[in-house]
Amino acid sequence: MKVVVNFDLCESNAVCMGIAPEVFEVRDDDFLYVLQEEPGEELRDKVVEAARRCPKQAIVVED
Amino acid sequence: MGTIAVVGASLSGLHAAEALRAGAAGAPGYEGEVVVLDASPTLPPDRPPLSKQVLAGEWELAQAKVPLADRLGELDLDLRLGTTATWLGPDGGDGRTLGLDDGTELQVEGVVLATGAAVRHLPGPPLGGVHAIRTGEDAVALCADLDAGPSRVVVVGAGFIGAEAAATCRGRGLEVTMLEAASTPMVRVLPPEVGAFVADLHRDQGVDVRLGTGVERLEAGADGRVRAVHLADGSVVEADVVVVGIGVVPQTGWLEGSGLQLGDGVVCDGTMLAGPRVVACGDVARWPNPHFGEEMRVEHWENAVEQGGHAGRRLLDELAGRPGTPFGPVPWFWSDQYDRKIQLAGRPAATDEFVLVDGTVEERRFAALFRRGDRCTAVLGVNRPRHVMQARMQLAESLAWDAVAARFAPTD
Ligand SMILES: Cc1cc2nc3c(=O)[nH]c(=O)nc-3n(C[C@H](O)[C@H](O)[C@H](O)COP(=O)(O)OP(=O)(O)OC[C@H]3O[C@@H](n4cnc5c(N)ncnc54)[C@H](O)[C@@H]3O)c2cc1C
Ligand code: SF4
Repeated sequence: MKVVVNFDLCESNAVCMGIAPEVFEVRDDDFLYVLQEEPGEELRDKVVEAARRCPKQAIVVED
Repeated sequence: MGTIAVVGASLSGLHAAEALRAGAAGAPGYEGEVVVLDASPTLPPDRPPLSKQVLAGEWELAQAKVPLADRLGELDLDLRLGTTATWLGPDGGDGRTLGLDDGTELQVEGVVLATGAAVRHLPGPPLGGVHAIRTGEDAVALCADLDAGPSRVVVVGAGFIGAEAAATCRGRGLEVTMLEAASTPMVRVLPPEVGAFVADLHRDQGVDVRLGTGVERLEAGADGRVRAVHLADGSVVEADVVVVGIGVVPQTGWLEGSGLQLGDGVVCDGTMLAGPRVVACGDVARWPNPHFGEEMRVEHWENAVEQGGHAGRRLLDELAGRPGTPFGPVPWFWSDQYDRKIQLAGRPAATDEFVLVDGTVEERRFAALFRRGDRCTAVLGVNRPRHVMQARMQLAESLAWDAVAARFAPTD
């Protein structure tokens, strides 16, 4: 599983971080950092949920 | 094969329609006809950008699309734009009748009510130059007036939409006066510290903020356009454009006679069922949120998405005779003003205590928790998305004050 964020769309609202903090982190500079670009399968449900709930639809999960 | 009608093709209605088709674990998607109606002649836009990017002139209206818009084709919907539902019949045991403005009727086995809310207007006849911001047409018309370079814009109402409009107009370099009848913005629903912060934020940016003065009347010039705003305290503010943001009213008038309970919204149970075969969602729906033990109606983007999905699945349950599941989210909302991102999660009240947990109000970058006894009711962040989301996750687990506050305790 590969996580790709479209940073042109992302507005750093941290919704994804609330759901999958292991993978997404919005830091004090207000930018989103992807902590693991290829997270393990155990995180799949959370990452898919984060992608679904992202208000900007900025997260793409590739297989 | 039956038919389900979704009334309202905006954010919550389309998400309900998607859920009807998708189904859920153990519940197959709906295979009958799904008719989605909207009074709007074109697909309603995603609304948050209307007071932000679209109003700023940065986006064409077409860029503000409901997230689902590109996938509507896959959902196999009978989308009828420019069609208004005018009445809903009582439950007939095996279905209901929905009346449309073209005089036709639809026989349906289920209904999703997603008619949202409409803006409240100032009393008096409509005048040129006076605008609200709810529909795409509203935003385009206001943009055109702003493009003409008015000498002053008066914003009536310092709620979130009025405040965003004021910020966007300042961003265009326009002179702005923001009027608020209350002594502090949003003081009926939020602790006064929040409104005081919003007023200061706008003053910093050169907005003429006037609190505690209601609008007496609008004065028209010879051309029938607004010329000035007369205030209750006797003062007069000259303006060629007025933006009115004094709240919205849920669109339920057409539901008299449906047998549904109405009262500042369509009143639902804790699962979003409003009556036999009928669910409601989004800005129009009122329900007892079991997580807060409080009845609420939420006018937020994310609620429309999540509640829309929940209502769609609830209707599938209803038609299959299954009990529904309760809907108990922690509501979340954001507002962009200047370079500040304000986020609020939870269900605050004006009388809650405002407890600063990070940053300072003066630097316009902070996080605060709202406290009511041993409960944390909400978290507010200004350019503090991380804090808001962490607190929101904790609030979703429990509203206990100690647990939320502990997340922000200084660590050494
Ligand atoms: C300018 C603006 C900015 C906003 N910014 C934010 C923000 O920054 N953050 C945030 O969280 N929220 C924001 N919101 C709120 C958010 O957009 C709403 O909560 C959301 O649009 C609600 O969706 P809805 O589908 O319930 O209702 P609506 O979007 O109101 O849609 C209801 C639809 O029903 C149709 N309809 C009504 N009656 C009938 C009828 N009888 N027959 C047929 N059709 C009918 C209407 O034409 C309308 O298209 C903003 C709203 C506005 C207006
Ligand atoms: S939820 Fe979406 S918009 Fe928000 S920070 Fe994550 S990727 Fe960015």
